[in-house]
Order: sequence, then structure tokens, then C-alpha cells
Amino acid sequence: MAYPHSHPRETRILSEHFGEIEATTLDGWIERGGYKAVEKALGSMSREQVIEVVKESGLRGRGGAGFPTGLKWSFMPKDDTLPHYLVCNADESEPGTFKDREIMRWTPHQLLEGCIIGSYAIGASHCYIYIRGEFVDVIPVVNQAVVDAYSRGYLGRDILGSGYSLELTVHLGAGAYIAGEETGMLNSLEGRRAEPRIKPPFPAAKGAFGMPTTVNNVESLAVVPHIVTNGGDWYRQWGTEKSSGTKLFSCCGHLQKPGTYEIAMDFNLKDLLYDLCGGPPEGREFKAVIPGGSSVPILAADELDAECSYEGLEAAGSMVGSGGLIAMDDSTNMVHAVRRMVEFYAHESCGQCTQCREGTYWAAKILRRIERGGGREEDIPLLLDISANMAGKTICVLSDSAAAPIVSSIQKFQDDYMALIAKGQHAAVGT
Amino acid sequence: MSERKLHPAVAGAQPMYRAENDPDAPLFEGAYKQRFDDILTRYPDKRAAILPVLAMCQELRGWISSETIERVAELLDLTPAYVLSITSFYTMFRPQPVGKYLIQVCTSIGCDLCGAENVVEKLLAATGTRTGEISEDGLYTVIEVECLGACGFATVVQVNERVYESVKTETVTRLLEELR
Ligand SMILES: Cc1cc2nc3c(=O)[nH]c(=O)nc-3n(C[C@H](O)[C@H](O)[C@H](O)COP(=O)(O)O)c2cc1C
Ligand code: FES
Repeated sequence: MAYPHSHPRETRILSEHFGEIEATTLDGWIERGGYKAVEKALGSMSREQVIEVVKESGLRGRGGAGFPTGLKWSFMPKDDTLPHYLVCNADESEPGTFKDREIMRWTPHQLLEGCIIGSYAIGASHCYIYIRGEFVDVIPVVNQAVVDAYSRGYLGRDILGSGYSLELTVHLGAGAYIAGEETGMLNSLEGRRAEPRIKPPFPAAKGAFGMPTTVNNVESLAVVPHIVTNGGDWYRQWGTEKSSGTKLFSCCGHLQKPGTYEIAMDFNLKDLLYDLCGGPPEGREFKAVIPGGSSVPILAADELDAECSYEGLEAAGSMVGSGGLIAMDDSTNMVHAVRRMVEFYAHESCGQCTQCREGTYWAAKILRRIERGGGREEDIPLLLDISANMAGKTICVLSDSAAAPIVSSIQKFQDDYMALIAKGQHAAVGT
Repeated sequence: MSERKLHPAVAGAQPMYRAENDPDAPLFEGAYKQRFDDILTRYPDKRAAILPVLAMCQELRGWISSETIERVAELLDLTPAYVLSITSFYTMFRPQPVGKYLIQVCTSIGCDLCGAENVVEKLLAATGTRTGEISEDGLYTVIEVECLGACGFATVVQVNERVYESVKTETVTRLLEELR
């Protein structure tokens, strides 16, 4: 079965074998060159050398924050005797994001290789893959891969005779977006509510069960075996100085060909939208695009000529985020779209911080009121005021994420707000 | 029911929504006792086993009753109040019984843009229920949920252990027939 909508302009490193059902099996994966990177790393490289090559590659975390992966690994203590943990963040719950799902369901062994090499690099004795419990079709695929990897000696005691031992456990979430935030994830893994922790201490000093821990996104880990095999310079041949390599963009919403595409990080957003995703539905135009998951600012149609690098999308006024692209055509009412997004954050707020708990609740309520025709002109400054109080003031950035679509939609699509408010007032006068 | 021995690495990672469940099923017996023991070996302390253990109980019984909460608390050396604070935080734990088929429709932005609201309406009408209710024949409960992480295949509908992609109002009837 051909993977839906692959395109010759993609650069398929992670996604090379998407759509090939045999690649999900251990034998199929080995036939495709699988586990060579594990043999190389564990057999002929030191921990430091693995970290070094990942640093050289310029790989930045693909979970949203874009923090350099090699550097993060280098923060882990070197000469201590404490147990270390690697937690693979497979909680993928940000609206618009479905790229980790594709990695896991088509190439589970690619992820396991990354987990093994990453664990080795940080000296971890146990790796937890924290998968959101809702991934009911993905979980059995990963489980099977883990069982097979154990049976062939890629996991467990003295892996491939290297002297390095690693246990790996699949741990399921149970429905909480906030468990995707890395310290929320650590609390969740420990059997607590997924409430983010105040940092410092950072996970490298005091993470899961109080021990040195690294949390990495699925995509960040899955690309590591390729970097170990081919070198840092090889990975740098794509993208820009600050944004090397390729990135998966999962694209949804009003598109002819939604799906997950892998592009070099200097690819143009317009080309991604029109060429790879086939543009908006017949007879429609794009009105707005969110390039990196619902937590990043909305771009208007005239802002789409941008490079999909970290710096390129930032210059355009948004962010790479998780790479969850949401396209909206000119049939979309932005108040409705933003209301739906803000309701998500209101539902998912863990409730620890007042600004977030109250801010998301009231903002959602005001947006609902405007959409239903009960809005007032003062609602616009009120929403902006609430948003200002939500950003930069809380333990984690869920609150900032909720504010992003509110502020950017008011900046760029105020007409949609004013039209609904005017219509509501008109209707009220008529009654 | 899965009597087959699971590898301890995945013993705690089994689907928690199953059509075949029994609200009175014994907890922590036979193969499930084995799984409970295996789960505990994967973590440095007992508290960490709470999500997988609760999931296993829901897999068996279909929902989390106060009796279940008390049993889990006792086994993991926690208080029932603590366990309740967990089951009420994580949305996948059901505080009351649901229909044989729990139909979860994503209405987050990606699916919303592609008509998820209409799919919900159609499903509610076809099952003769309101959100969260069990249909008269005991078969269906329809709820709206946030992003299921498959947004490019809108509208995404999850029924127990299966994910249905690209559901449209026109395909709702077929989906329900397929379940029967
Ligand atoms: C509210 C919130 C939700 C998040 N959800 C996810 C997620 O689902 N998956 C993920 O990999 N990172 C998520 N992150 C980012 C993580 O906190 C963390 O930065 C990331 O897992 C680190 O991995 P990386 O360095 O490989 O990107 C989230 C962050 C926040 C604030
Ligand atoms: S928005 Fe429906 S699955 Fe993500």
C-alpha cells in the first residue's frame, strides 16, 4: 500500500518506509538496514562520541521547544552511580499533530533504535515510552516491536554482547494533554496527576523518581540512528545553519491532500501547502494557516511565503512548534476556530496556576458568547487583557499556548469578531 | 480474554476499552494477577503502577467503580481519595458504565474544520442518545473528545480499540452496522 500522498519533493529519511507493512516487523526492519546503528553505537562508540555526533548534526528537539538534542544529553551526569532514565515522549496530543503516530505505526523499530542509542548516550538503565492511551491502533504495533527486540537481544541484559544493559517499558497515558509537557510527564509516570513541575531542578538533575532523566520526543529519537550511521555533516546537508535536517509536518484541515510530509527544514511553507498538500479545496482560498500545532500563532494568507525553519517561521510571526499544520480556507469563521482551540486548552488545563485555569475558562466563555451573537465591543480588549495575563506567568506554557491563537486572531482577523458582534447587536435591537 | 502470557515490558500497555467486559469480573486473579505482578516489576515504586493497574481494571470491568478504587488503593498502599484524584484527572477512566461500544468523536480543530459536529449529530440521532448516555439496547455511548492525534484523517472516531478514519455523515450508518 502506498503511503497516502507521498511527493517527490519530500526528503524522506524518517518516512522512507512509511506505508510498507513489512517495515513494521523486526525481520522487515533488519532487511532495510535496521539495527546497524545500534550495533555501531554500542559496539564501537563511547557515550561521549554518540552525544558528540548528535551535537554535530545540529538536531533540535521535535517535540515543540526545539532545544538541541545533543546538548540536552550532555547535561546528564557522567560519573554518578544513580540510575538514569530516558523517557520517550509519545503523548502526541497537540491539535493538528499526528506525526509521531506515523513513525510508531509504520516504523516502530526506528523509534526503538533511537531509544536504545539515546539511552546508551545518557547512561540510562531503563527507558519508558510514554504513549498516550488513546493511540489504540499504534500501541499494539509498538508492543510487538518491543517484544521482538527483547527476543532478539536488542533489549535486556548485555545487548549484543556490548556489556550495556537496558530495560524498556511501554507506559500508557490515560487521557491528559498536559502529560505531554515534560515535567507533567514525569509526574504522570510516577503515578501522580500530570501537573508540571517548577523548574529548576531540571529533569537532568532530578527527573523521574528523583533521578537524572532526559525526556525526548519520538521524532527526535527516531532520527538519531540515521545520524549515528551517516554522521553529523550528512544531516546538516539539509536545512539551514540553525535548523538542520528534515522535519515531519503533519498537515490537516482544509487541504486537498492532508497527511504527514517530511521536508528539509529550509522548505517553503507555500510550497508545502500548494505543492505537497495540493492546496485548498476546489474553489477555495486559504484564509489562515497554523504551521506548528494549535499552540503557535496563526498566520494570515499573505504571510505564507516563509521558510519552514525555526528562524524562518519565527520571522514570519509564528513557530515550528510540533509541526502540526492546520490549514483554514475562506469558509472558516476565525472566532469559531479560535473558540474551539481555546476550549481545548480550557479542558486540558491542569488547574494548578490561576492565570491558566481561570484565563482559559473565561476566554472560552467570552468566545462562545461572541460566536452566539451576544458579543460586545469591549470583549476584544477584554480578551487581549486576559491573554496578556495568561502569557509568561505560569509554571508551564500551556497558558501561553492558549493565548497565542486569541491574540493572533484578533490582530489579523478582527473583522470576523466585529461582524459577529455587530450582527448580535443588530439582532438584539430587532427583538 | 487474554490468557496468553504478556511480556512484562508491555504488560501494562493493553487497551482499556473492550466490548467484552463484565462489571462483576474478579479483579487481580489468574492471568491478571500475573500481569499485576509483572507491572510492579517495571517501576522503582508501587505508586507508578497506578495508571496501568487502573487501566487493567477498566479493561476487565468497563468502568472504574468505587469498589475498584478501594481495591487498587489497598494493593498499591495508597488512599482511596488519592486514587480518585487520579481517575478524575485522566479522561480515559470512566466514572460510570458506558455502552458496549464507546464511540468517541474528535471535535478538536482539525476535525471540526472537516465537519466533526455533523458527525456527532448524526451519531447521536442514529443511536437515539444524548451525549454520554447509553442507548436503550445497551450498545452505544457517544461522547465528544479532544484531539485523537490523527487529524489528517478527519473526522476521527474511536470505537473501543479501533480507530475509524475519515468518517463522514454519509458513512455513519455503515460504521454502526459494522459494529453490530
Ligand atoms: C502543554 C504542553 C504539551 C506538550 N506536549 C508534548 C507532546 O505531546 N509531545 C512532545 O514530544 N512534547 C510535548 N511538549 C514538549 C515537552 O515539554 C518537551 O519539550 C519535549 O518532549 C522534549 O523533547 P524534545 O527535546 O525531543 O523535543 C509539550 C509541552 C507543553 C508545554
Ligand atoms: S483534531 Fe481530530 S484527531 Fe486531531
